[in-house]
Amino acid sequence: MSDAHDSDPEVELTSALVPFFVITNGRALPPDQQYERTALVTAHQDTAATARTLAPEEQAIMDLVANRMLAVAEIAGRTHLPLGIVRILLAQLEESGLVLVRKPAPRADSKDRELLSAVLEGLKNIGA
Amino acid sequence: MYLDADDVRSVKVLVVGPFGVGKTTYIGNISEIEPLQTEEEITEASVGYDDLSRTPEKTTTTVAMDFGRLTLSDELVLYVFGTPGQERFKEMWEELSRGALGALLIVDPERLDESFPVLDLVERFGLTYAVGVNHFEGTTTYPLDEVREALNLHPDTPVVACDVRDQKSALQALIALVQHLMSLLD
Ligand SMILES: Nc1nc2c(ncn2[C@@H]2O[C@H](COP(=O)(O)OP(=O)(O)OP(=O)(O)O)[C@@H](O)[C@H]2O)c(=O)[nH]1
Ligand SMILES: [Mg+2]
Repeated sequence: MSDAHDSDPEVELTSALVPFFVITNGRALPPDQQYERTALVTAHQDTAATARTLAPEEQAIMDLVANRMLAVAEIAGRTHLPLGIVRILLAQLEESGLVLVRKPAPRADSKDRELLSAVLEGLKNIGA
Repeated sequence: MYLDADDVRSVKVLVVGPFGVGKTTYIGNISEIEPLQTEEEITEASVGYDDLSRTPEKTTTTVAMDFGRLTLSDELVLYVFGTPGQERFKEMWEELSRGALGALLIVDPERLDESFPVLDLVERFGLTYAVGVNHFEGTTTYPLDEVREALNLHPDTPVVACDVRDQKSALQALIALVQHLMSLLD
């Protein structure tokens, strides 16, 4: 994740007025934990061949995760779509095999010594 | 650069505190990206009650939640989520606290009493926490021990000075939290 990514212009959606139930084909919300806000999303490589036509909101997500991993929360923040909608769209994109979602590890991060050391080291490096 | 999904891990920390204590300022300061917000809906009981059934009416409100990101290494990303301390956000606390490393509780020593409901939530959701004392300038500087005593904290709970507008100070508070988490494993 280089700094260059962070200067991306905000994603402009062309169809902000399309009701969300249309975008999402009336799907029910998946359980919250299914796309936890720190779950990391990236586009599958070789997704160019997909036959499916994407809604502009789905395309916006695909563009955001094309070459990097982005957390669910960050996708919501950058597209200005409500978190609940992003989760539904991600469910559809994952079902179509377009994105890969890395769910947070099920074990308790707060008890993982190796992980905590890595966090500590990272924080100290930023401060240095 | 393409990062394999299996190589990157994300962790999260909550930045919590009462109204207007400096949570948004803190996140804005510490985040490597322009701080972002998620728009999400919460359901809450509205003031009006249905007299016949005595069931509270439910209303849905959209709230904006701040968060920021710190890339700690090629394999590790830390997300920091601002979480307001009011009871009506407890749905959000439930989701946010799941899998979180812990919480940084920001307090204003001039109005410590407002921190109790937040402390209550932190403890209810089983979050390990550190306390960052944000002294607004022009106010009395309170010794950290007085803050500890007033909040009736466990002797091991870190209490650190935390100027939310200063990146170094903000980082130190997070470091204190992680060191505390590690000490709990000994
Ligand atoms: N002078 C001074 N102002 C501060 C300090 N910390 C925060 N502020 C200001 O206090 C106000 C509230 O800070 P925020 O960061 O928005 O607080 P918050 O906790 O996010 O507030 P809510 O989200 O409304 O609960 C802002 O206008 C800040 O600029 C400080 O240390 N000194
Ligand atoms: Mg705020």
